[in-house]
Amino acid sequence: MNIYVILKRTFDTEEKIAIENGKISEDGVEFIINPYDEYAVEEAIKLRDEHGGEVTVVTVGEEESDKQLRTALAMGADKAVLIDDEDVEDGDQFSTAKILAAYFEDKEVDIILGGNVAIDGASGQVGPRLAELLDIPHVTTITKLEIDGMDVKIERDVEGDVEVIETSLPVLVTAQQGLNEPRYPSLPGIMKAKKKPLEELEIDDLDLDEDEVEGKTRTLEVYLPPEKQAGKVLEGELDDQVKELVSLLRSEAKVI
Amino acid sequence: MAKKVLVLGEVRDGELRNVSYEAVAAAREIAEGGEIVSVLCGESVSGLADNLIHYGADRVLVVEDEKLETYTTDGYAQALLQVIDQENPEGIVFGHTAMGKDLSPRLAAKLGSGLVSDVTGIENTGGNLIYTRPIYSGKAFEKKIITDGISFVTIRPNNIAALEKDESRSGDVTNVDVSIMDLRTIVKEIVRKTTDGVDLSEAKIIVAGGRGVKSAEGFGPLEELAEVLGAAVGASRGACDAEYCDYGLQIGQTGKVVTPDLYIACGISGAIQHLAGMSNSKIIVAINKDPEANIFNIADYGIVGDLFEVVPKLTEEFKKVLV
Ligand SMILES: Cc1cc2nc3c(=O)[nH]c(=O)nc-3n(C[C@H](O)[C@H](O)[C@H](O)COP(=O)(O)OP(=O)(O)OC[C@H]3O[C@@H](n4cnc5c(N)ncnc54)[C@H](O)[C@@H]3O)c2cc1C
Ligand SMILES: Cc1cc2nc3c(=O)[nH]c(=O)nc-3n(C[C@H](O)[C@H](O)[C@H](O)COP(=O)(O)OP(=O)(O)OC[C@H]3O[C@@H](n4cnc5c(N)ncnc54)[C@H](O)[C@@H]3O)c2cc1C
Repeated sequence: MNIYVILKRTFDTEEKIAIENGKISEDGVEFIINPYDEYAVEEAIKLRDEHGGEVTVVTVGEEESDKQLRTALAMGADKAVLIDDEDVEDGDQFSTAKILAAYFEDKEVDIILGGNVAIDGASGQVGPRLAELLDIPHVTTITKLEIDGMDVKIERDVEGDVEVIETSLPVLVTAQQGLNEPRYPSLPGIMKAKKKPLEELEIDDLDLDEDEVEGKTRTLEVYLPPEKQAGKVLEGELDDQVKELVSLLRSEAKVI
Repeated sequence: MAKKVLVLGEVRDGELRNVSYEAVAAAREIAEGGEIVSVLCGESVSGLADNLIHYGADRVLVVEDEKLETYTTDGYAQALLQVIDQENPEGIVFGHTAMGKDLSPRLAAKLGSGLVSDVTGIENTGGNLIYTRPIYSGKAFEKKIITDGISFVTIRPNNIAALEKDESRSGDVTNVDVSIMDLRTIVKEIVRKTTDGVDLSEAKIIVAGGRGVKSAEGFGPLEELAEVLGAAVGASRGACDAEYCDYGLQIGQTGKVVTPDLYIACGISGAIQHLAGMSNSKIIVAINKDPEANIFNIADYGIVGDLFEVVPKLTEEFKKVLV
């Protein structure tokens, strides 16, 4: 089976955000594989172990994304592809999807797995956009995946309810928490990963012009929300605290 | 410049979701005096059309087809593409709900359009429509404009106020015929895990429990409080991992992102990944027995104490004042 994972490098979930020169500062920031994409990598490896074939992990991003790709290889993926987007400015989710679609154009794809959302940009657009450009169906926020021949049975999370879906290969799916427990890379895995192929491509290699991947939206400004003041911890007898809280919520905060 | 803007009305359990009315209000902003056309898809949904008009839509298009009874990406995409083709709108607004998130990028890709997702505010500055949205789980915000194609927008529930309901408004309700071909994904079954109560992402009040709740039964007092307040019940991942509740309730970085008017956190320590899902709530109340718990740093009001003692008292007190 030809199994692909689309993966984004992102800030560690613990990171605080600072802004420098109008941009989110990356100074001293720890990067990780987007948590939802980790589920996608894990599921891809399980699929390969069950059905045979190969797992290729693809990312569009800066050169430094090779670290996250190596981690995916250490988890057990077979190959990685880094498409360098540094030459292009003013990109958005349209751009990423367009670049990925150009990459996949000449590939035989059985399944593409991604995350349902990247925890930084957080639009959730890239998966469905890519599926449309490749003219294959997509299923978002999946929590269970079973493949039998060409038949695919999926459970997806819909705001807490579970939808049981049937479709067939080729398909693009996006992972939701609960799909699996991603493994940690083992030491032998990390050693092996160093020798696995990691192909680096430029936009040019995909026969794309810069203006073809220009975004359809533009960011004017990024800013931090006003810092939240620590509030009032109530004191006194518990019964009085409870009364005070209820009254504060009604008269001061006016939310009840 | 006046523009025509479509709004997808979303039906759940036979009723329009509140976010659809908020989407109409958002569309008003985007239309700059132009026409708001709501689209309702489903099997027998025409009875809901007037509500959309009362909340500010000028017209409603009703697309009824048995293949649209349950949402599928292909079915809804085909229906909407035909509507878009017929109406030629300049913009289209969805709720940032499971359906909106699944459908809007697919349509935007098909039409080569820009899409700004999860919008919490819209302003018009000298004819430029500027969309505000949270990034990095609400740790930062960005302002965006759409530069190409039909303007696709999804709005986060609870952030853009719906217009006042006006039952004297009237408008055309028209049926539209569409042809829906093969569906490549089929919904075999929908297993209801959520209680009928209030939907988390749209709830005005949320009572959330963490590991401090200690067991599935421990959620009982929280549910009682929620009942009295008409609130939804949520949870931290700590509580979900410990199997006190379903993952569907999880709020945070890898769960739902919520912005209710009031968030009551019970036995939740306030890990950064939890805050990512709720820190933009209007008012936060923390109940925790550890005075050092991080949740107190972002809470507007806090009570240090045992939740099993505090929560039932709170329920009683609310009962008294809310009769
Ligand atoms: C040429 C180019 C220029 C860009 N310029 C800018 C810029 O100037 N400013 C700016 O803020 N952003 C820029 N971006 C980044 C872009 O705006 C988004 O961050 C990116 O498309 C992902 O969107 P998202 O974070 O909303 O991810 P989502 O749509 O939320 O991601 C969902 C899933 O899609 C997959 N995915 C997402 N991104 C990638 C990726 N890069 N590679 C592989 N898979 C992925 C993952 O599986 C992920 O879980 C640029 C991107 C490109 C390609
Ligand atoms: C990649 C990643 C993603 C994550 N995503 C999420 C997410 O989406 N959502 C999320 O919530 N977490 C998430 N987490 C986990 C997060 O880091 C915390 O582990 C989790 O939020 C802790 O849950 P908790 O506050 O319920 O538990 P704890 O941290 O164990 O806190 C329990 C609290 O209950 C208090 N308590 C105990 N007994 C009582 C009592 N009787 N009365 C009152 N108070 C009491 C304690 O003082 C303590 O403060 C994520 C972590 C990672 C690494």
